[in-house]
Amino acid sequence: MSGNDILAVEHLSMRFGGIVAVNDLSFTAQRNRITALIGPNGAGKTTVFNCITGFYKPTEGSIRLTREDGGFRQLERLNDFRISKLAKVARTFQNIRLFPGMTALENLMVAQHNVLMRASGFTLLGLLGLPTWRAAERDAIERARSWLDRIGLLDRADDAAGNLPYGDQRRLEIARAMCTEPALLCLDEPAAGLNARESAALNELLLAIRDDYDTSILLIEHDMSVVMEISDHIVVLDYGVKIADGAPRAIRDDPKVIAAYLGTGDGEEIVAEGVS
Amino acid sequence: MTAPSSQLPATHSSGIAFILKKAFISACVALILFSLMIGIRTLPNESGQLTYVTRFPQLAAMVAIVFGGSIVVELLRLWWGPVDTARVIPPSIQSALDFGGRLIAPALLIFALLVPVIFYQQRYILDLAILVLTYVMLGWGLNVVVGLAGLLDLGYVAFYAVGAYSYALLATNFGLGFWECLPLAGLLAACWGVMLGFPVLRLRGDYLAIVTLAFGEIIRLVIVNWQDLTGGPNGISGIPRPTFFGIPLVPGDNGFAAKLGIPFSPTHRIVFLFYLILALALLTNWVTIRLRRLPIGRAWEALREDEVACRALGINITTTKLSAFAIGAMFGGFAGAFFATRQGFISPESFTFQESALVLAIVVLGGMGSQLGVALSAFAMIGGFELFRGFDQYRMLVFGIAMVLLMVWRPRGLIGHRAPTVFLEHNRAIAADLVKEGRG
Repeated sequence: MSGNDILAVEHLSMRFGGIVAVNDLSFTAQRNRITALIGPNGAGKTTVFNCITGFYKPTEGSIRLTREDGGFRQLERLNDFRISKLAKVARTFQNIRLFPGMTALENLMVAQHNVLMRASGFTLLGLLGLPTWRAAERDAIERARSWLDRIGLLDRADDAAGNLPYGDQRRLEIARAMCTEPALLCLDEPAAGLNARESAALNELLLAIRDDYDTSILLIEHDMSVVMEISDHIVVLDYGVKIADGAPRAIRDDPKVIAAYLGTGDGEEIVAEGVS
Repeated sequence: MTAPSSQLPATHSSGIAFILKKAFISACVALILFSLMIGIRTLPNESGQLTYVTRFPQLAAMVAIVFGGSIVVELLRLWWGPVDTARVIPPSIQSALDFGGRLIAPALLIFALLVPVIFYQQRYILDLAILVLTYVMLGWGLNVVVGLAGLLDLGYVAFYAVGAYSYALLATNFGLGFWECLPLAGLLAACWGVMLGFPVLRLRGDYLAIVTLAFGEIIRLVIVNWQDLTGGPNGISGIPRPTFFGIPLVPGDNGFAAKLGIPFSPTHRIVFLFYLILALALLTNWVTIRLRRLPIGRAWEALREDEVACRALGINITTTKLSAFAIGAMFGGFAGAFFATRQGFISPESFTFQESALVLAIVVLGGMGSQLGVALSAFAMIGGFELFRGFDQYRMLVFGIAMVLLMVWRPRGLIGHRAPTVFLEHNRAIAADLVKEGRG
C-alpha cells in the first residue's frame, strides 16, 4: 500500500494436506513500527511466521520484503538460511532455542557468523591469525558486549545459556536475533512465561529496538498488556483468516475480534457494547 | 539395577523384602541364562558322537553367587546412598583434578617429546607409542565430526583407508615420495568426506550412523574387489618408507646415518616415525583448536546444539556439515598415509568396522569435543589394552569392566565439560549436562 511498508504479505495460503492453516492472508508491516499478529490458539500465527522466515514454503501467495533503498526480495523464493543472511529477517522461537551448552557471549558470536565468516576469509585467513580477522573478532565481541549490557546480562556473559533463568533466556534470544543486524525482527510470543516485571522490561527493550536500531518488529503475542501497549498496528487472525487489521484502539473494540476470543452464542455475534 | 534408592521402601523390614525380591529376580534371570551355558555341556564321546553332561552343582553355585551378589550390591547401595557424580568424586578430589588438569596437557606433551629418548632401547614401547599416537590423531580427527559438529560417523575408517591407499598407490605406481603424497592423501580423503556428506545431509541420529557405517563398508568392499587397482585381499606391499626430507633412513653411503656420520641403527627410522606421527597429531590438534575459535568451529558447535536455531541465524547448514566431514576426513587421510608408510604393507583387513568402532569409542570415552580427553582415552584404550596383556584371555573382560566403570562414573567421558571458545572475564567450563551430544 504505502511506500513505507517493510513487509507485504499478499494472498498467502498454507495447506498441510487437506488442512488449511492460513487462507488467503494479506497484510503489511510498516518500517520502524511494531506490528502484532494476534489470534486465538491454532489461528495460524506461527504458520505465518514460519512462512515468512522460510521454515515453510507457502502453498500460494507472495511475501515481499522491501529494503530502505527500495530494492526488494520475495521471501517465498528464498530458502531457510538465506532469508536471514540475504533478506535480513531474524526470528525467535515460541519455545526458546538458544545453544544451551554455549555461553551467552558465544550465542551472540554465533549470530554474527556470516560477517565473521567473511572477515576470516572463509576460515583460511582466520587460521593464520591475520590482523584483519583479529580486528573483526574484536568488533564482534564488542557488539555482543553492548547487547549483553543492553539486556542486563553483562555479568553473566561467560555463563552457559542453558543455566540462565527463563526471562534472561528470552531476552538473550532477542539479543541474539538482533546480532544478525536484521531489518525485520520476528518474535514468536516473546512475553510467554514472563512475570509482570519482566514483561514490562521486555516492552522497554522492544520499544528501544524499534527506536534506536533500524529494525521493524513483527510479533506474535497472547499477552494483551504487551500487545496493546507497544504495538503500532495489529493484525488479528482466526482459523487462518484475517478478521481485523488496524490500530490497537480499533482492534480492542472490534466486535469480530471479541467474538473470536470469547466465542459467540449460537453463531450470533456479540454486540460490542455488551462486552466492553 | 537402575532403581534409585529413593524408591526403596522406608521401613527396614520392607527394605529387606525389597532386597530379597530383587536378588530373587536376579537369580531367576541367572538360572535361565546359565542353565544352557553352564548347566549343560556337550562333549564328543569315544566314537566322535556328541553327547552332553549335566553340571547342576556348578549351575546351582553360579545362581547362588548371583543371589548373594545381588544382596551385597543392594546393601552397598543402601550404605552408599544415591549415586551421583558429586558423591562418586568428592569435591576435594575434583578440585585437585581441576588443578592437575591444567598441568596435564603440557606434561603429556613434554613426556611425548621425550619418549624416544627415554625408551630408545625398547623397540616394543616405541612401536606401541607410535600406535597410540596414530589413534590419538584419528580420535582428534573424528572429534571434529562427532564431538564438535555432533554428526555420528560410524564409517570413519573409510577415510583412513582412502588416505592409506592414496599414498600406497601413488607411491608404488608413480614413484611419488611421502611428502608429496601426504597432502594429496588428505585432499582425496577430504573429497570422499564431502561425497559422504552430501547424501547424509538430511539424515539425523541413528539413520546418519547407519549410512556412515554402510559407507565405511562400501569403501572396504571396493578395495577388496577392485583387484586390478588395489590388489584386492592381497593388499599392496613394498610401499616406500618415509625419507627424512629426501634423505632415506637406510644403511649405506647416501643414508641418513652416513650423512650424519653416525653408525646406522634401525631404531633411527622408528624414532623418525614417532616424531612424524607426533607432528601430524599436533598439527591436527592445533588446527582443531584454532578452528574452534573461528566462526566455522562455532557454527559446528551451534549445529550440534540446535540446528533449527542455526538456520534462523543465517548459517548455511549444508556447507557447515560438509566442512566438518571434509576436515575430519582430511585428518583421517593424513593418518592413513602415515599408517601405509609405517607398515610398508596395507590390506583391506586393516580397515574393518572394528577400527571405526575403536576410534569412536576413544572419542566417546574421552569426552566428546575435548582434545585432552580424546588423547587420554586413546592412551588408555590402546596402551591400556597392551597393559592387560598379562591377563591373557581375560583381557577383554577386564577391559570391558573398566569401560563400564568409567561410563558409570563419568557418563559424558573422561572430560565431559566444555571450555568456551571466547570469554569476556571468566573462562568457566560449561557443565557436561548442558552440552548437547547432537543428533546429526
